[in-house]
Parts: sequence; structure tokens; C-alpha cells
Amino acid sequence: MTTVKHGFPWNHLIGFVLSILLTLFAVFIAFETDFSKTVIMWVIGTLAIFQALIQLFMFMHITEGKEGMLNVINIIYSIFLALVIVFGSIWVLTSGHSAIH
Amino acid sequence: MSLDEFFVTGDPLILASQIAIGLTMIGLIALVTYLKRWKWLWSEWFTTVDHKKIGIMYILAGVLMFFRGGVDGLMMKAQTSRPNLEFLDAQHYDEIFTTHGVIMILFMAMPMLIGIMNVVIPLQIGARDVAFPKLNALSFWLFFVAAMLFNVSFVIGGSPDAGWTSYFPLAGKEFTPGVGNNYYAIALQIAGIGTLATGINFIVTIVKMRAPGMTWMKMPMFTWTSLVTSIIIVAAFPIFTVALAYMTLDRLFGTHFFTVAAGGDPMLWLNLFWLWGHPEVYIVVLPAFGMFSEVIATFARKNLYGYKSMVFSVVGIAFLSMLVWVHHFYTMGNSASVNTVFSLTTMMIAIPTGVKIFNWLFTLRKGRIEFSNAMLWSLAFIPCFTIGGVTGVMLAMAAADYQYHNTMFLVAHFHYVLIPGVVFAVFAGLYYWWPKMFGFKLSEKIGKWHFWLFVIGFNLTFMPMFFVGLDGMSRRMYTYSEGLGWEGWLGFSAVGSIVMAAGFAALCYNIYWSFRYAPRDIGNDPWNARTLEWATATPAPHYNFAKIPEVTRLDPYWDMKKKGETGLKKSDLKPVHMPSNSWTPIFLGVAFGVVGFFLVFEWFTLAIISSIGIIIGLVANSFDYDEGYHIPVEELEEEERAWRGDLK
Ligand code: HEM
Ligand SMILES: [Cu+2]
Repeated sequence: MTTVKHGFPWNHLIGFVLSILLTLFAVFIAFETDFSKTVIMWVIGTLAIFQALIQLFMFMHITEGKEGMLNVINIIYSIFLALVIVFGSIWVLTSGHSAIH
Repeated sequence: MSLDEFFVTGDPLILASQIAIGLTMIGLIALVTYLKRWKWLWSEWFTTVDHKKIGIMYILAGVLMFFRGGVDGLMMKAQTSRPNLEFLDAQHYDEIFTTHGVIMILFMAMPMLIGIMNVVIPLQIGARDVAFPKLNALSFWLFFVAAMLFNVSFVIGGSPDAGWTSYFPLAGKEFTPGVGNNYYAIALQIAGIGTLATGINFIVTIVKMRAPGMTWMKMPMFTWTSLVTSIIIVAAFPIFTVALAYMTLDRLFGTHFFTVAAGGDPMLWLNLFWLWGHPEVYIVVLPAFGMFSEVIATFARKNLYGYKSMVFSVVGIAFLSMLVWVHHFYTMGNSASVNTVFSLTTMMIAIPTGVKIFNWLFTLRKGRIEFSNAMLWSLAFIPCFTIGGVTGVMLAMAAADYQYHNTMFLVAHFHYVLIPGVVFAVFAGLYYWWPKMFGFKLSEKIGKWHFWLFVIGFNLTFMPMFFVGLDGMSRRMYTYSEGLGWEGWLGFSAVGSIVMAAGFAALCYNIYWSFRYAPRDIGNDPWNARTLEWATATPAPHYNFAKIPEVTRLDPYWDMKKKGETGLKKSDLKPVHMPSNSWTPIFLGVAFGVVGFFLVFEWFTLAIISSIGIIIGLVANSFDYDEGYHIPVEELEEEERAWRGDLK
């Protein structure tokens, strides 16, 4: 994908449509359904993650160019670290008799 | 606050140091003025953005800090050499082990390694400088100012005294109301900004600026370990930044992140501290591994055995290093599952580390070993570090750690890791790259004294600590009574520390002697080395390479020498673009130092006013449109002829 393609920008179109759909879906879930607050938050959160991935791959081209692989590794590693730090800390500090009450 | 609260008073030892510091400062200022060297200092060193000079300043500061931290160590050893001594009181002992630990790790190990990285990495990858030279200078000045701020604590205001780990609740305002622990919070914050910037700088440098042809798997081992260290810095230091910020808020503004009362949780500090603190251990030890790899390959006259497995084990260590932090507080009362998981991850680190040890041994096997000083340090490292590693696996077992935790056994363990793993490496690196910095070798003969005294002294000092630890002596004990069976071990250990100090003195003498008398005509490749830093003049010219080398395989310089391709064609010379010196890094460093000092004393009005200095520095930096300058071809030609003879 490193060479510039002059064909129709399908990627952009699909990304654009998907982004709009996901946003509309989120609005729908939030305003038009009777799910509890927690469920709504989880659903919207999940949609947001997909949205972010679409942005990264379809518009920000993280897999392209000489450093594509590096960018992907970098992002995965950052997410991994964030998860370890947050959930690791919660786990460590709430188990056993050292737990925060 | 009255003046005698400001200055620490009432202790003859400290009074003597105050006077000594004052006199030394006056002496230095007088000396520079007398020699008319102010302008030279300013334009050649204080404002430089040259990675080699910045590296040398780091190393110089590191040696000074090693001296300071070492004196702390000797004082502790003197105090515990006999039972019931009253050389230091409890408070003083607390302050000394705290400053010793902080200084050794953050102001000795870090700058020494970052200094050597600075000198070597751009040369080793065939680049002309780091990616952001000015940022690099800023990193140095932030570190330096932070180190000075931390060091004045013992004469002005009082030293921190809650250990290098500064655990809460002890490190909170309730239990340590003085300014001592403010110094810890503020100085380490400032140093941390510099370190983070260094990490980013070196990642970009190594990823973006390698010579053409140097693919990932053709990178020298030291470059690899420096890259991985930089990545761990960027991953781990922000955690410390946050933890220190909470600590500062707690101490200065009465918040309750870590307090016992009002919903705070002291264990949160431990958790965050070690989330940074364990990776920090790998930050200092990985570059050291890289240096040993270079030295061992060079002096065994072989390429490094198992290069690929070396790379994978470094990456593996980096990955695991973020997953083991709880092994520092198994005893805080976690559930069994937490302790089990962290026991396992900890023991897993021994695997890639073991791989590396075996690779070094196999590199040595059937090599034509030359026992130069750099090589001696590398050889001594292997068994000493293995003792540290094996006792580490003992400590990794959570159940057993309930016995070892916070005893002298632990203190012996981490000194067996840190001294061979960092200090021996720094010595090996200094002997090896000294010519690259200064154009002459350190004396091999005096170096042997340095080596034997230090290695023997080190083992004499720390081996007994394992045994007193197993006999029940806990760490950070300032005295003990007779009849516990410890005096013999501890007396022995104190004598050992004097032998080690003699080793350090031999190093200082070696530096002095070699500056005066060592031969200067050593050529550009005094060790018959393998990597690119030796493909240019020794000491390296300020532009590093007249023509950027091209790399076709691992150990490129070795290859070039075999093929006879080390020459330089006149037609290859083009003007070289160089960055200009800048006053903003040192200015910003000092500005941060001043604000930091006022924050330590909680003089907020002054702190706010003086933070204008930081803003001025940043603004001035943004409006600095200097594009650097070019070195003309004629000048390159002249400099290259000076050491190559005629060009082709
Ligand atoms: C120069 C020789 C050295 C000597 C004689 C020495 C001696 C000591 C002693 C006696 C203690 C305190 C033991 C206790 O009472 O708990 C100590 C603690 C410590 N040392 Fe060293 N040490 C030396 C070098 C180093 C080096 C090179 C490092 C790190 C790179 C280091 C890092 C530490 C740390 C982190 C502590 C713990 C401080 C604390 O408890 O908060 N030391 N050392
Ligand atoms: Cu650890």
C-alpha cells in the first residue's frame, strides 16, 4: 500500500459511511432505548473503540508507509501497558487484606 | 523561617561539609576566573548541543555523584562496623541511606549510562548527532540541576529520610514534617522530565537515523539495548511522574492520595512506585548488558554468539519487566493468587537473562581472548551478576520472601545485581570508549589496581551481608547490640568497603595519570573493534563522519577492514550541516531549579514569580529560528587528512 493509488477512494468512503452509522447507532442507543445506564455506557464505549479503529486504519493509515508496522506495535503495546497498569493496580490493591474499603 | 532552620546546624560533620562546600565553590570560581576560562566554559560546554560533549558532562557528573553516594555508603559501613557505635545517630543514618539510594540509582547509574549512550549511540549507528540535539542538552541540564538540588538538602533544610522508596505514611507530612522529603518529590520530578525527554530522543534517533543499510537485525547490541531501555523509560517514567505529583500534592497542598486518613491509601504509593521502580532496574541494567556484549565480542575477536536470541531476550526482558512489580511487596498482605502470579512472572525473567549469560559464555568459547581492562570487568561481571541473579530467584518465591524481605540479604542481593550490572559495566564502557572521547587510553597498569581492589573489595563488602541477613539483621538498622553474632561479618564487610574505596581512588588516579602521561598516538581503532564508532577519527570529530558510512552486515567496521574499504574519497565530501549552540537549555534548567527550590520550601509566591523564568525560556526557545551552520568541504578535508593521511 505504499504506492499512491489513483483509483476511487473506496477505503475513505467505507470508513466515512461506517463512522456515520456507528455514531447514529450510538445516538439511537442513548436516546431511544430503555436500557439501564450501565448497559448504555458499555455499548457506547464499545462502539467508540470501533470508531477509533476505523479512524486509525481508514483515515490515519497507520499500517501504511515504512513505519506502519512500528505504529501498530506501538499502539498495541501502549494499550497493553495501560490495561496492565490500571487493572493490575486495581487487582493488587483490592485483593487480600490490604484491600481499600 | 530563621536562618538556623534554613541551614542544617548542630552537627560537626555537616558543619565541616558546609565549610568544605563553600570553600570548594569559591576555589572553583577563582580558578576559572584566574585561568580566564569563563568564555570557554560557556561556549564549549554550557551551551553545547554536541552529543559527545553532553555525554562527557553526564559522565563527569555521574563520577561526582558516585563519590558522594560512595561516601554515604562508607559512612553507613563505618557506623555498623561495631555494635553500639555512636558515629551516626538514627536520624542521620536514615538520611544517609536515603540519599545514598536515590543518588546511586538516579544520579549515578542513570547519568553514567545515559552519558555513555550519548557518546556512543550516534557514532555507532553512523549518525551525526541525536535526533533533537537541543532537547538533549535540556535533558542534561534538568538532570544536573535536579542532582544539585537534591544534594544541597543535607546542608540546607535537611535531607530526605524515608528511604529511596519513600513509603507512605512515613513520607507523608504527618510523620516527616520537614522539607527533606519535599526535596525528594521535587528534585526527582525535575530529573524525571529530563529522563523522559532522553528516552524519546533516543527512540527517534535509533529508529530514524541509522546509516543506510543498517536494518534492525544489523544493529549493534548496545544500540539494541539502548533502544529497548529508551522504550522502557517512556513506558515507565510517566508512572513515577504521576506518583510524585500526587506525593507533592499530598505534602504541599494537603490532599489525601496516600495518607492513612480521609480515604487515602498508602499502598497506592507502593504500587505506583514499583510499577516504575522495577522497570527502572531494567532501564539501568539493559544498556549495561549491551556494553558487555560489545566489549566481549571485541576482545574475544569473535562476533557475538546468538545475536538473534540476544535481541529476543532483551525484548522479552522489557516486556516482562512491566509485569513483576508486586515482588517488592509480597508481604503487604495480597491474596495468594496475586503473589503466585507475580512470583511466576518474576521467575520467568530469569529465562531470557540466563540466555544472555550463556550467549556471553559461548562468545568467549574458543575466542582469542585479550585481557584488557574493559574485558576484565566484563569477565568479572558474569559470576558476580549470577550470584545476584540466583539470590533474586530466591527472593522471587513469595513464601520464602516472607523470611528474606527487608533483611540485609535483600540489600546484598540488589548490590550484587546493581554493582556488577551497572558499575562494572560503566567501568568496562569507560575503559573501552575512553579513547573515543579523549584520544588516549586509560592506563592498563593502573587499571589493574582499580580492577582487583574494586572487585575484591566489592565481594568482601557484600558477601557477608547475605549471612547477617539470614541471621536476622533487617535492613536500615543503624545499630545493634553485642552477642547477636553479627559483629564479625559486619566488621569484615566494613573493611571490604575500604578496599573498594581504594579501587575507586585508583580509578581517579588513573584518570589523572592518563590525562598527563598516556600516549596520544593510538590511531583511530585502538582495540581492533567491530562497530562503526571506530570507523571515524579518535577522538571523534565534531561532525562525527565526513561521509555517512554504508552498512551491509553486522559488525560493519570489521567487514570494512577486511575488505579494505575504510578509505575516504575526496569526491564524497559534501558540506555538513550542524546545529548551533543554544543558551536556552541551561537557562531552562536553572529556571526549573529555582522554582523547584522555592517549592521545596513551600514559598509559593516566590515560586510563582520565578516560574516566569521557565516561561521566558520556553518562549525564547520557540522564537529561535537558528538553522544551524554548514562545515565547508575544505575544512572537512583538512580534518580528515590530519588522521587519514592522503584522501583517495
Ligand atoms: C560504593 C559502594 C557501596 C556501598 C559501600 C554501599 C552500601 C550500602 C549500605 C550499607 C546500604 C544500607 C543498608 C541498610 O542499612 O539498609 C545501602 C543501601 C542501598 N544501596 Fe548501596 N552501597 C554501594 C553502592 C551502591 C550502588 C552502586 C547502588 C546502585 C546503583 C546502590 C544502591 C543502594 C540502594 C538503592 C540502597 C537502599 C537504600 C534504602 O534503603 O532506601 N548502592 N548501600
Ligand atoms: Cu523488582
